[in-house]
Amino acid sequence: MAKPRDNGVKKERPVRDAAYNSGKPVPVVYGPDSPDAAYREKLGAPGEYPYTRGIYPTMYRGSLWTMRQYAGFSTSADTNARFHFLLGNGQTGLSMAYDLPTQLGLDSDDEAAQDDVGRLGVAVDTVEDMADVFEGIPLDRVSVSHTINSTAAIIQAFWLIAAERQGVALDKLRGTFQNDMLKEYIGRGTWIFPPRPSMRLVADIIEYNAKHCPRVNAISVSATHIAETGATLAQDVAFPILNALAYIRELTGRGLHVDDFVPTMSFHLSVGGGVGPFNLLESIGKLRAARRIWARTMKERYGAKNPRTMQLKFSTGNCGSRMAAREPLNNIVRQTLYTLAAVLGGTRSVNMACFDEAFEIPSDESIRTALRIQQVIAHESGVADTVDPLAGGYAVEAVTDQVEEEIQAIVDDYESRGGIVPFIESGEIQRLLARQAYEHQRKIADGEQVWVGVNKFTSEEEDRMGAGEGLYEADDSALEKQMARLAEVKAARDAGEVAEQLEKLARACESKENLVPYLMDAARARLTVGEMTGVMRGVFGAYVEPSVV
Amino acid sequence: MASGTKRIRVLMAKPGLDGHDRGVKVIIHALRDAGMEVIYSGLRQTVEQIVSVAIQENVDVIGLSILSGSYMRIARRLMARIKEEELDDCLVILGGNILERDVAGLKSLGIAEVFNHHAEMAEVVSYIRNNAAAGAA
Repeated sequence: MAKPRDNGVKKERPVRDAAYNSGKPVPVVYGPDSPDAAYREKLGAPGEYPYTRGIYPTMYRGSLWTMRQYAGFSTSADTNARFHFLLGNGQTGLSMAYDLPTQLGLDSDDEAAQDDVGRLGVAVDTVEDMADVFEGIPLDRVSVSHTINSTAAIIQAFWLIAAERQGVALDKLRGTFQNDMLKEYIGRGTWIFPPRPSMRLVADIIEYNAKHCPRVNAISVSATHIAETGATLAQDVAFPILNALAYIRELTGRGLHVDDFVPTMSFHLSVGGGVGPFNLLESIGKLRAARRIWARTMKERYGAKNPRTMQLKFSTGNCGSRMAAREPLNNIVRQTLYTLAAVLGGTRSVNMACFDEAFEIPSDESIRTALRIQQVIAHESGVADTVDPLAGGYAVEAVTDQVEEEIQAIVDDYESRGGIVPFIESGEIQRLLARQAYEHQRKIADGEQVWVGVNKFTSEEEDRMGAGEGLYEADDSALEKQMARLAEVKAARDAGEVAEQLEKLARACESKENLVPYLMDAARARLTVGEMTGVMRGVFGAYVEPSVV
Repeated sequence: MASGTKRIRVLMAKPGLDGHDRGVKVIIHALRDAGMEVIYSGLRQTVEQIVSVAIQENVDVIGLSILSGSYMRIARRLMARIKEEELDDCLVILGGNILERDVAGLKSLGIAEVFNHHAEMAEVVSYIRNNAAAGAA
């Protein structure tokens, strides 16, 4: 039998104590007595290539994963209050939701924005809103995840200037910008410009952050939206990897080496999303396989030397497609399973949908419950006491190998045909996922795939959620408040400076220069999201959706 | 115009800024499998664009898919536009995460039926078959 061993565990950070019910200490990691070549090639110790067992030697014994729930709505003041509430409840990082107009480059006073200002996230028109959101929240001490894509370069500029005003040096900032445009065309839909200029913007942020704010992940290559659009378990890793390889080509085309910038790239992998049945072991195997594939690709194909290039850093979550509207409290159990899979698969951060996700923006109760699920698993299950505790098990290793093969086959197929971008441009990927989503729905309708409380073991429970009881109430005054705020900021600007910044930005867009410094200047001059997007659209053009169904 | 042999023509539309289109695409597949002709608007269409396509394509049904929660405001503007254009025989239905408490208000605006998170694909198909002008023989 394998004996507990701590060999090879770098003691670079102190580990917390942990004991079994008997009182005996829990070893940080278990492994073979004498690791053979096969073990070293496929698994390795935690923190060692190919990182199947995790990218850190001590994982959750060193520090727990980041517990983050997506939040942000209405105005900057409301979001600021919600952030203080979450930090006060023990949350260790913030995740910021922007309203749709902000995500689509529309100011709050734009007619097309009127139905959506402050509805699904916070409205941010200028750097002033960003500064208000983080009032009293020191940006060198709290990491912030920003769900923003088409306008990521503008919004990051606002955030960097807000930090500058707090007196925080850029290299002290911690956070993540989603900044993953290719998956917007596949599934999430907040595109503005065509794919090629969008990829330039993505690459500009990655290049800038790698040089100036290396602790701010410049991208979160996202699987969750692809999964929710209708991907299978293997596709929901393969497609994000293909997207990442497309961005990498964009940057290596600028003469950069993967070691220069890949350390600022992170992933957001899906657990409990997608089509087909959920399987706990297969989901754990998927996360382990993803790390191994990434490490090998970076080392063998791109000649990476820096371990951080080879370490697949990912958070995990889902968007709620498996959250049932019937008997919604059952969703708490579902999210517990998904969270357990993420933790046993070695995630760095968890951000799961809430049990009322099928209806509305989560209420205080459901968002707290989502956080409690993570806290119970962290402190009352023991699974965080041992690094990669399932390693060496027949089932988990076999399923890890199996999923790895499936993912690699998809990656190799598209890469051999020039990468994924042309297949996104033609709508082929979108049509494939739409077809799969329909087939999934048919299996649920036919009862072929069991959904407890929905198509099996059903009750006549009253639909308390559908009635709107206990749900978050949207604030209809957000639009008015936000428009007043924007008018006030605009009135205080120097018109000559605004015109000058717009002109400079237009010239930079036409050039091949990195746009980030220009956007920061524009942010300082309090240009709006809409003004900057307008200039960019003038140069880059607008995206026209191909036939996607 | 009513004839059992004419195929029902449906415009499935995504008004507003919301980009959640898995649901609308699933319904499009289901309607096509049921033998209907379906046109998809694509994302982020204005009320004016939707009504103008409905006229050009001479559709029997407009199916709106809204998951952003902005359905009340959008429905109000769309139904006003439909009245202006005298598209009274066009059946307008709405799907998405619609709260039960808002359904009566939506119907009073002229939305014929609302399909929320509980609705099954078969219900949508049979509702259209039984209620669209072209389908009701």
